[in-house]
Amino acid sequence: MARPFKPKVLTANRLIEGDVVYYAANGEWVSAHENAMFIEDEAEANDLLAQANAQSYLLVGPYLADAVLERGKPVPTHFREAFRTRGPSNYDHGKQAEA
Amino acid sequence: MYSYSQFDKDFVQTRVDQFRAQVERRIDGSLTEEEFRPLRLMNGLYLQLHAYMLRVAIPYGTLNSAKMRQLAMIADKFDKGYGHFTTRQNIQYNWPKLNEVPDILQALADVEMHAIQTSGNCVRNVTADHFAGAAADEIEDPRPTAELLRQWSTDHPEFAFLGRKFKIAITGSPNDRAVTKAHDIGLRMVRNDAGEPGFEVIVGGGLGRTPMIGKVLREFLPREDLLPYVESILQVYNILGRRDNKYKARIKITVHENGIERIRELVEERFVLQRAAFGEFNHALFNDIEAAFAPPPYISASTDAFDAAKSSDPAFRSFVDTNLSAHKNDEYAIVSISIKKQGDTPGDATSEQMRVMADLAEKFGHDELRISHEQNVILPHVHKSHLHEVYKTLQAVGLGTANIGLISDIIACPGMDYCALATARSIPVAQEIATRFDELKLEHEIGALKIKISGCINACGHHHVGHIGILGLDRAGVENYQITLGGDGTETAAIGERAGPGFSADELLPAIERLIYGYLEIRADEHETFLQTYQRLGAEPFKAALYPETKIAAE
Repeated sequence: MARPFKPKVLTANRLIEGDVVYYAANGEWVSAHENAMFIEDEAEANDLLAQANAQSYLLVGPYLADAVLERGKPVPTHFREAFRTRGPSNYDHGKQAEA
Repeated sequence: MYSYSQFDKDFVQTRVDQFRAQVERRIDGSLTEEEFRPLRLMNGLYLQLHAYMLRVAIPYGTLNSAKMRQLAMIADKFDKGYGHFTTRQNIQYNWPKLNEVPDILQALADVEMHAIQTSGNCVRNVTADHFAGAAADEIEDPRPTAELLRQWSTDHPEFAFLGRKFKIAITGSPNDRAVTKAHDIGLRMVRNDAGEPGFEVIVGGGLGRTPMIGKVLREFLPREDLLPYVESILQVYNILGRRDNKYKARIKITVHENGIERIRELVEERFVLQRAAFGEFNHALFNDIEAAFAPPPYISASTDAFDAAKSSDPAFRSFVDTNLSAHKNDEYAIVSISIKKQGDTPGDATSEQMRVMADLAEKFGHDELRISHEQNVILPHVHKSHLHEVYKTLQAVGLGTANIGLISDIIACPGMDYCALATARSIPVAQEIATRFDELKLEHEIGALKIKISGCINACGHHHVGHIGILGLDRAGVENYQITLGGDGTETAAIGERAGPGFSADELLPAIERLIYGYLEIRADEHETFLQTYQRLGAEPFKAALYPETKIAAE
């Protein structure tokens, strides 16, 4: 039996900078996880991933990551994805610097 | 210091130019990521969690002030003002931009450095004893042989696509500081009955998912036979090694599955052909390489000032006690500069610190620096009369920490703060342990103790050979840390034994504290190290300290 689909965000790294980015509902790639599109439909998720894979001039390694909604915004469920939203814990060299 | 031949220069420059064109084609869309990935990996460029990472080779861990200053320049101009020294004597930059990497590689080539073969299934950067050429216990400097191996392995067409990566380590001393028994090939210099130096060849060691201590393939190999013999090992591995399962592809598994006798038989068979194919050993070429590693022009001067400073400056005395090692010249010392200040990231040096170390090497260290696999920087040749000034200069930039070989001199891989393969973080764990025992002022009382932390099963942090090893795992979406005990990375190498169930990030530091207090209670006297106590009493009392509740439950 197929497992129920868990909601996702679509994420990748930017080709030049390597920065972590998320696909937003307006079709842009943004750096804040909370602005990512919350994808609840499996077919849509797979379509968007296929489109992202075709944007290799812009992105590296797109994939779908689990997320849940908290106060209307997507939040990662796994600590690895949580680290990707902010950067390393030893220096403010990642997205923390932008915050 | 070995200087590039015209051949070396042309080769490295060609690779820089090629990679520049490859990056251009990736950016303009002519190459997909799938096509580009193997090309970037051949040039040491990884994509990690938050950014790219460039791994630069420091062949056999040796560099001079010009190279160190260039590493500092790259850190400032292309990165965030620092670099990370690794357990393979490399330096990693954590924030390069793809379009700037060709310029970084050019800057490296300008000082005879590169990032070639720091990734991929090839023969990687050959590592060596970081005290090579200086250690009092050394038979001979192993670096000319390491350089010979570098020349042989660089762009070797037969071994560019092995079943898996291949690591060689070499030492010229009976005290093994190069962890030779945990490498695909370990070379330990020994003398034969006639007193001639040669190598004990160890094969099939490795850490990672399936940790193995290497086995002796040949007790004595004359240096003249080294290249044909090593090539024979690689040929046997290339044919016999498994390609069906990535996790069973390293030579340690090939040796384990086929047995050392069978491997020896095949290698010796191959070696007869290879030795004939290689022909006469090129003594002229080797002598030229050897001349590049000739001992520096040692000075001779009074060491009275050193003795006086030791009595008058207690902080310096502490530094002398922990951070100096015996040099083959009595008037000299080997200085280990700790890149492990308590609370800082193990192995990270700022560009300013790199420049200070370069200046000290130039002024007081015969222009030589080394990177140790323990993620520290070494000044291998410092006259004792200069030690106090060297110490004060280091102290002023946060490099005077007197903790070499102590509990805060921790090896830690980058872990999940950077690495895409990691299953948990390691840097914060190292920071917490080092800070805590510094606060308790227990470090010196605890004495010699090696803690090694890896953020995944691949074991870049060498946790299996730590006296206390810590392995970070993902247990049902939570960071969890497994402890191993009794590991040893020296000539008496041993794989640590798993102590029991893992600890959450919050439970880990208290567990390490219990373990250390437990050790302090049961050691025979203050001279018995953690490892010696473990070897004398076995794991049980240590487990009892780690898991007190289990003991109560059992009673």
